[in-house]
Amino acid sequence: MRHFISIADLDRDEAIAVLATAEHMAETQSRSIRKLPTLVGTTVVNLFFEDSTRTRISFEAAAKRLSADVINFSAKGSSISKGETLKDTALTLQAMGADAVVVRSGSSGAAHLLAHAGWIDQPIVNAGDGAHEHPTQAMLDAFTMRRHLRPGDPTAGLDGLHVVIVGDVLHSRVARSNVLLLTLLGARVTLVAPPALVPVGASAWPCEIRYDLDEALATGPDAVMMLRVQSERMVGGGFFPTAGEYSRRYGLTTARAASLPDHAIVMHPGPMNRGFEIAGDVADSPRSVIVEQVASGVFVRMAVLYHLLATDSREGPR
Amino acid sequence: MTADQNASPGGTGPSPLLIRGGRPYGEDVQDVLLEAGRITAIGTDLEVPADAEVVEADGCIVLPGLVDLHTHLREPGGEEAETIESGTRAAARGGFTAVHAMANTLPVADTAGVVEQVARRGETDGWCSVRPVGAVTVGLAGERLAELDAMANSRAKVRVFSDDGKCVHDPVLMRRALEYVKSFDGVIAQHAQDPRLTEGAQMHEGVVSAELGLAGWPAVAEESIIARDVLLAQHVGSRLHVCHLSTAGSVDIVRWAKERGIDVTAEVTPHHLLLTDETVREFDAVFKVNPPLRTAEDVQAVRDGLADGTIDIVATDHAPHPRDAKDREWDQAAMGMTGLETALSLVQLTMVDEGRLTWRDVARVLSEKPAEIGRDEDQGQVLEPGAPAHVLVWDPRSVRAADPAEHASRSRNSPFAGIELPGMNRLTVLEGRPTVRDGLVVEQ
Repeated sequence: MRHFISIADLDRDEAIAVLATAEHMAETQSRSIRKLPTLVGTTVVNLFFEDSTRTRISFEAAAKRLSADVINFSAKGSSISKGETLKDTALTLQAMGADAVVVRSGSSGAAHLLAHAGWIDQPIVNAGDGAHEHPTQAMLDAFTMRRHLRPGDPTAGLDGLHVVIVGDVLHSRVARSNVLLLTLLGARVTLVAPPALVPVGASAWPCEIRYDLDEALATGPDAVMMLRVQSERMVGGGFFPTAGEYSRRYGLTTARAASLPDHAIVMHPGPMNRGFEIAGDVADSPRSVIVEQVASGVFVRMAVLYHLLATDSREGPR
Repeated sequence: MTADQNASPGGTGPSPLLIRGGRPYGEDVQDVLLEAGRITAIGTDLEVPADAEVVEADGCIVLPGLVDLHTHLREPGGEEAETIESGTRAAARGGFTAVHAMANTLPVADTAGVVEQVARRGETDGWCSVRPVGAVTVGLAGERLAELDAMANSRAKVRVFSDDGKCVHDPVLMRRALEYVKSFDGVIAQHAQDPRLTEGAQMHEGVVSAELGLAGWPAVAEESIIARDVLLAQHVGSRLHVCHLSTAGSVDIVRWAKERGIDVTAEVTPHHLLLTDETVREFDAVFKVNPPLRTAEDVQAVRDGLADGTIDIVATDHAPHPRDAKDREWDQAAMGMTGLETALSLVQLTMVDEGRLTWRDVARVLSEKPAEIGRDEDQGQVLEPGAPAHVLVWDPRSVRAADPAEHASRSRNSPFAGIELPGMNRLTVLEGRPTVRDGLVVEQ
């Protein structure tokens, strides 16, 4: 792997290899000294054009536990907020000697552009680009599902599982990356959303699309992933009449959660709108793995940095 | 051959020029004699006048000089991207002898003063004739009509009015504009884009936009405006021109309107004849354009529409942008592509070489009809004795990869870089004087 831009760039073996590395990383994190020397002397830049404390600190923790130096470059109060372009920022980072750049941007394709425009030679990790992809989020979701639903086998995929993803698919890079990765790993995916929040053209995706949450839950899924309703991105408005109506039709209420099979897990990429797309009691219930997803995020991001930067990455971590 | 050798001794007029052995309209071999800015003879084995220069056309296609109804020359205000001088240089290299300069300049071409300034610069700096397009509304703001009559009756004699880049979306304003231009035989050239349906739109809305997570520009936003406008044009008995039509549905609507006798004409760009939304997958903003590149089915439909006459003309929508405007994230990059220097190659590639248009049809869609829509009395004339000497000699056998670095345009945002394109401009003649020889501009 040269970059980590899009799940669409991965084959099944590569995806499984990253998950297996993440399992190794998880093991190391239960040791008394959690810091690994793997990336000593390398510098990872977190280039965040969009505010995202959660993802940034997850990448920061991952890089630091591999002993990399971390530089955080965020939009607020930096040259970016003074109108500097992606190109000039990239040239600056290249000149400063970054070894890898983790980029988050509101623009679809920003990570791809950074990797391929010829401005910078270093490996690029996509930490979310517009409504396009968020590949490390999908990896951490798959990692979490695998631990709960296919435990014990580091070579396992998600074959035979049924995952229901609910909510604002239109604006969700999480949904797009998950559809690609979960199906790559053998799971069946059902998207559930009000029709206006399903992209025109999504019928070509390798998944089922439904408009009725109760019908989808009645099929007994193994995992239910609730998406955040991204009100701030709803240009033009009118995607649904009111928050109340949305919540009634598409919210994961306690009653709906109770109808799930006993083994089914509930997920959310965060940050949650409690009481809107997911009831607080469901988010805090035993079947919720939402907090665990955050921990998985660090392991998966360690694995991705490892695959891109470690010179001995073909032999596996020690 | 230099310009000096082409000047008649003791006078300023061009010396006679005999184009020998070319094929007018791609048909029988005939010589074409140009004298004093006019075609004076067409026939076989014409005698060479004593002081004439002879150009051996060697079976090349001879066409009337091309006319572009849709060009952004960027001057005044956007000289970093293009000037009237550089843009018409690019036009001449593309085989054009006239271009219509769009109104979205700074200041906007919405007064007699600005259109006269553009026309004057065209006369002094131009490598082809420059016909200013006037804005429909003041400042392209879509709120009130600009002084259309003043522009029509200025020295620039504006006949084409357009807010191109913006749609005259208010139906009452569009109706009034259509009515108003009737008194001086003008035409409203509409950029059909419903603004509400395209807020934040980045690319064609469909399978690719869904995958890339880019905000969609739905076909219906174009089609609904065209449908409304043809009905308005019918209602008030006016002339409507549809700019850069891009969808299969738009072709259907224009076809329907023509069947009903509505006075509508339509254009398609060279890029919509070839490229699709699949190009967006690399996020290279050189492929970002408005209206956006559509699907393969749409490309097929606009080719069909051009072949059967539903679409009247090809117009370039040449839209130069400085590099910095394109070297950006997709959603922050400017929309538009250059096209003057590749237009005829694209038409040859997609239509002539595919057997969909003859060279006589090419003369119609790239010269005669655009001149007629724009009311350019001196352009787009049939090649015959007495016609003005605006002539293009085109070698259809040449093939080479497009290289924007070689273009005369100040900007490099051509989407065809690296694509093998057929055809070569051997000679372009404006009013009897060569402006281009073997692809190179003849410096005066």
